[in-house]
Amino acid sequence: MRQVELEVLRYNPETDREPHFQRYAVDCQEEWVVLDALNHVKETLDPTLSYRWSCHMAVCGSCGMMVNGEPKLACKAFLRDYPGVIRVEPLRHFPVERDLVTVIDDFVAKLARVKPYLIPKDKAPEAAEFRQTPAQLKRYKQFTLCINCMLCYAACPEYGLIPKYLGPAAIALAHRWNRDSRDGGRDARQEELAATEGAWECSFVGACSEVCPEHVDPAGAIQQVKIESTVDWYQAHLMPWTKK
Amino acid sequence: MSRRPYARPITSEWIFRHPRYIRYMVREFSCLFIGGWTLLMVWGFKALSEGPAAWAAFLELLQTPASIVFHLLTLAFAAYHSVTWFNLTPKALPVQLGEEFLPDRVISGAHFAAWAAVSAGLLYFAGAF
Ligand code: SF4
Repeated sequence: MRQVELEVLRYNPETDREPHFQRYAVDCQEEWVVLDALNHVKETLDPTLSYRWSCHMAVCGSCGMMVNGEPKLACKAFLRDYPGVIRVEPLRHFPVERDLVTVIDDFVAKLARVKPYLIPKDKAPEAAEFRQTPAQLKRYKQFTLCINCMLCYAACPEYGLIPKYLGPAAIALAHRWNRDSRDGGRDARQEELAATEGAWECSFVGACSEVCPEHVDPAGAIQQVKIESTVDWYQAHLMPWTKK
Repeated sequence: MSRRPYARPITSEWIFRHPRYIRYMVREFSCLFIGGWTLLMVWGFKALSEGPAAWAAFLELLQTPASIVFHLLTLAFAAYHSVTWFNLTPKALPVQLGEEFLPDRVISGAHFAAWAAVSAGLLYFAGAF
């Protein structure tokens, strides 16, 4: 047992002009994560506290929040790693709906824009599935691990300063399909990816990859998109005959 | 229930939120020194084109304490930028051979090796050895 002081950002859109911090002293088990402590607050101290969560096992991507200023999944942030008061805030760079709940419409809209689904290159083989070798799978596998938790957006100063920026996860997911041997949708995605507000807004801070709980490495994906877009440009301008 | 999402203000506080942001800003900041050094070289070329007196004055300027401090700082910033940049190359240029990807250190190592070779070549042509 340890008594943990939580300092939680509260915002009630019906009564508050702006957010404020509220302290809770919570009796916690040693092995608890921040999400357990929040659940304990909600169950025993303050049922009005709002936050998102679902799986409690780093799969659903719902419980992203700032823990002592760093974007974390609350279900993966162990209390034992945080001596002293633990400050819990909603994910940075997203508007606050209520308490720790953010408005994520911007990310969802951007994700849709990059067409993160299979656009088949060939017609599906008759009565069979698309074949793929282990090497072809490995080529993009890492980028499939994204759980849409948006920690990378909260870590990215470019996104904070330039909200139009497409952002790490959306670009990584577009790149995931571009690298898929079955997919032929790269041209359709390029308009978003190669735009100023696509990959080129990134100045390679690298924070997205550092905070990503699934080791997707969105920063890597963005740099690869930049290189491919540059090759496209040179092909189109210097060797137009190589492009159909 | 009315919706009234609150947009928290963005300040430059983020730079100090984690050491990674300071490291990033130092890398960005290095361009001031590298850019300044490049301008100095342009000035040197101009002096060279103006004849021996101008060139001698330029060389004298390079030997002042302020110039030496500036060069040491520029060297430190350029080395920091290059090292951090080459360490990032495996992210941008993954190489897949068969099923496996080449280990990161092979890719950054190749960049460091090329850097060392080019530097040695330049020093050789400059008559350093
Ligand atoms: S790339 Fe990583 S940090 Fe970003 S949304 Fe996906 S899982 Fe989360």
